[in-house]
Amino acid sequence: MGGTSKGHQGVSNGGIELGEASSLSPRAEYSPNTPPRQTSAGVPGSTMYRGGSGKGTSDERQSPVVDMGHGDAFDEEALPPPLPPRPQISPERQTTSSSLYHPGSSKPSLQSKATTALSLTDILTQSFPDGSRGTYAASSARPVAGFSADLSPADYRSGASTRNASEYGDISSIRSYAPTLQVGGDIESLMGEALDSVQENSPWKLLSSQIESENPLSQISEEEKEFESKFAEEFNEIEDLKMLLNCWKSRLKHFFILSSAGKPIYTRHGDENLISGYIGVIQTIISFYHDVDDSLKGFIAGGARFVVMAEDPLYLVAISRLDESDTQLRTQLEALYMQILSTLTLPTLTRLFSTRPSTDLRKLLHGTEPLLSALADTFTRGSPPTLLSALECLKIRKAQRHLVNNTLLKARSPSLLYGLIVAGGRLVSVVRPKRHSLHPSDLQLIFNMLFEAEGVKGGGGENWIPLCLPGFNKNGYLYMYVSFLSRQAKSEGPSNQPTKSGGKEDEVAVVLISADKESFYEQQQMQDNVIQQLEKNGSMDIIISAVQKGRYSISEIAPGTLLRHFLYKSRANVQFTMPSYEPHFISPLERRKLLSLYHMLHASVHAKSAHLKVQHCVHRDSISLAWVTPFFELYCVAGPNANRNALTQGANKVVQWVRREEERVFIIGGAVF
Amino acid sequence: MATRAPIASRPGGSRFAQFKLVLLGESAVGKSSLVLRFVKDQFDDYRESTIGAAFLTQTISLDDTTTVKFEIWDTAGQERYKSLAPMYYRNANCAVVVYDITQASSLDKAKAWVKELQRQANENIIIALAGNKLDLVQDSSSSDAPAGNPDKRAISTAEAEAYAREAGLLFFETSAKTAENVRELFTAIARKLPLDQAGPRGLPRGPRPGVDLRPEAAGTQGGGACNC
Ligand SMILES: Nc1nc2c(ncn2[C@@H]2O[C@H](COP(=O)(O)OP(=O)(O)O)[C@@H](O)[C@H]2O)c(=O)[nH]1
Ligand SMILES: [Mg+2]
Repeated sequence: MGGTSKGHQGVSNGGIELGEASSLSPRAEYSPNTPPRQTSAGVPGSTMYRGGSGKGTSDERQSPVVDMGHGDAFDEEALPPPLPPRPQISPERQTTSSSLYHPGSSKPSLQSKATTALSLTDILTQSFPDGSRGTYAASSARPVAGFSADLSPADYRSGASTRNASEYGDISSIRSYAPTLQVGGDIESLMGEALDSVQENSPWKLLSSQIESENPLSQISEEEKEFESKFAEEFNEIEDLKMLLNCWKSRLKHFFILSSAGKPIYTRHGDENLISGYIGVIQTIISFYHDVDDSLKGFIAGGARFVVMAEDPLYLVAISRLDESDTQLRTQLEALYMQILSTLTLPTLTRLFSTRPSTDLRKLLHGTEPLLSALADTFTRGSPPTLLSALECLKIRKAQRHLVNNTLLKARSPSLLYGLIVAGGRLVSVVRPKRHSLHPSDLQLIFNMLFEAEGVKGGGGENWIPLCLPGFNKNGYLYMYVSFLSRQAKSEGPSNQPTKSGGKEDEVAVVLISADKESFYEQQQMQDNVIQQLEKNGSMDIIISAVQKGRYSISEIAPGTLLRHFLYKSRANVQFTMPSYEPHFISPLERRKLLSLYHMLHASVHAKSAHLKVQHCVHRDSISLAWVTPFFELYCVAGPNANRNALTQGANKVVQWVRREEERVFIIGGAVF
Repeated sequence: MATRAPIASRPGGSRFAQFKLVLLGESAVGKSSLVLRFVKDQFDDYRESTIGAAFLTQTISLDDTTTVKFEIWDTAGQERYKSLAPMYYRNANCAVVVYDITQASSLDKAKAWVKELQRQANENIIIALAGNKLDLVQDSSSSDAPAGNPDKRAISTAEAEAYAREAGLLFFETSAKTAENVRELFTAIARKLPLDQAGPRGLPRGPRPGVDLRPEAAGTQGGGACNC
């Protein structure tokens, strides 16, 4: 495996290309080299992919389009608007270390905490705002400090001519997991010694071997207890008037949406009276920058990260104490914005505010607050699809999926645009016109509406829903037919299926989308036919049993592995797969911690100027790995006393398994008409 | 979508009729709750707003020989969906316009809907007015439901009744929560529907639209094809 090296070639330069657009190259080339220090891109002798025939795919693989077809789906129009530039921060300010996570908690000094280490296997290449680049090697064990709590917004806005901003921002967000960060420098020593010394030779190793039997992320340290109780309370409604304000302030996460004129539109926590003062302050701050032709992107204050997104005529603000990066919070704000567009469409939104800047949008959004809150809570709980901007499919055999696809195709109604079968928040099958792809952000809105909010599911009937899918076209409405099947199935015949309560996990829905608002009966007819056929050809049983079985367990796919969980994203397919959270991550808190770890790994490999392709992270109660190639992103987590080799082996196994099961875990070349 | 006489005679003299019913009214007055009570005999204290419109069916027997199937459109009351309403009431045989007896403004809204129906919908449409949330104003002695408070009432029965009579509407005060008058409401509508006019025509299932012959305009969004 190590023999596939091809010399000095940076993946991010697009220097490595695939033979075929949407399929992976031969299996062996996907294994991470062992030891992983050799896998870092941008370092001589470290490239791990054998080049293909050289057809350029480097642009395509970044496309956010779900390609259910054979590589024809990377529509130009599908590309999202470029994200705003990342915030800048001056390195001079990075001297204090207050925890974002536990403001005010006194932590041991960074270096003394040998239990946590984060190693970067890449030379840190900095892109400076003036376009120049510089490479420097920091001394190992260079402390990466957090932002000082009193950092003023001015220091953290875009356009500040300070250098190397964003990766600090991202790194700082992982501080509570990785107080010691070794940046760049001698790769060999980083990967070979630094990690080993932390991993194998420290007292921590002894300690961790004693606790290995426990779940990796479930051990509670004193300083985490506060977080845990906060997290548990996070989703409660704020009711107690006496403690109202304190309660509100102590929330780990807030989302606000306001108009640029300063009218409140949405807040996740608290009511208008409670927040109006804050809204005023926020509006003043944002407008201040706006007025001087600058835009405020974010800042850190009071141990929380503030991220601002200005999408005229709206301001969206996220405030998080959950160790998320700017980019990740921005993705979440973008989803909330998309939800608003989905209700109103862009032209309506623009028209409303251009004719009346003081428009009260709450009236027009009335009834969709639960959708916004469902999104917000999903983000607070931690959402793999949002983190990865990818969607998950129900794992079934290729031939079975084929059958379902064909059933949909055969029953296709004349005005059908997209037809989906969705089970437990996972996609089973899609049919679509050749020239239109489905966008993960659109699907996320649909999944959220169907599976996270109650408005549709709770109605107990069939639904006909006008909605705008901004990724498809933010200027107009489509009409979505939705019906949930498991409910129908349950009412028919003796129920030999176990009826799970809160059966979000096993709801099966047929979703038929059309541009014709009069076509309800047409879609209803199609649905009838589809169900009838699926029942007849046995697909229904297969779908229902697959969905009731839940996700595969990790021990199923890699027996004996020390891995506890992973996320694997296929970049070409814009889809991801993951094993069941059980048995290691059962409570919402354990899942949040796991997801925080994934967020941290994700942030560090996606920091704009770090060409980082493999990253290990050692934490008090877990060891984890991020591995990014042009074809996939893999994030995996093992228990604390797994060593790097075990982790790497596990990662290899996962990659091999996904390779083998590719057409089961992903929809590749879905049905096109 | 053509309206068809929705009656079919079955062998043995039994009659089966199918009608389209639409629910209209301000948001949060209890339209969806009334439907859920009628169709599933359930009630939900914390119900999220309807998104778009929901389609449900329920069949009731009027007597030994007569069965009526309702195809029910439960619409969302929000302003932004206003322009879609005609699509749901256009071919409706009957409508339930709902207000909340504890919210004065909701009756105004109901009156506006009645007006619109009388102007735009089927000439023969049967309209029922339902003053919902009756449980909220009933004190505990008069029912076993959780105690309500008569002071909460914003619209008197007499006032609403007078309006209903004047406008030619069926009228009920209902509670989706306690089920009071819910079945009665739908049964009264069924009885008022023109069961006897139609001859014994065997009809296929449900009023389906004919095949839509309009060209499939690529990329049409927001319809525009139909301006009713
Ligand atoms: N007390 C009481 N509450 C009701 C009744 N009907 C509906 N509600 C409540 O009123 C709210 C709005 O009901 P919903 O059916 O969604 O109204 P819709 O928007 O008109 O469909 C929900 O919280 C219901 O629980 C009723 O008869 N009595
Ligand atoms: Mg409703």
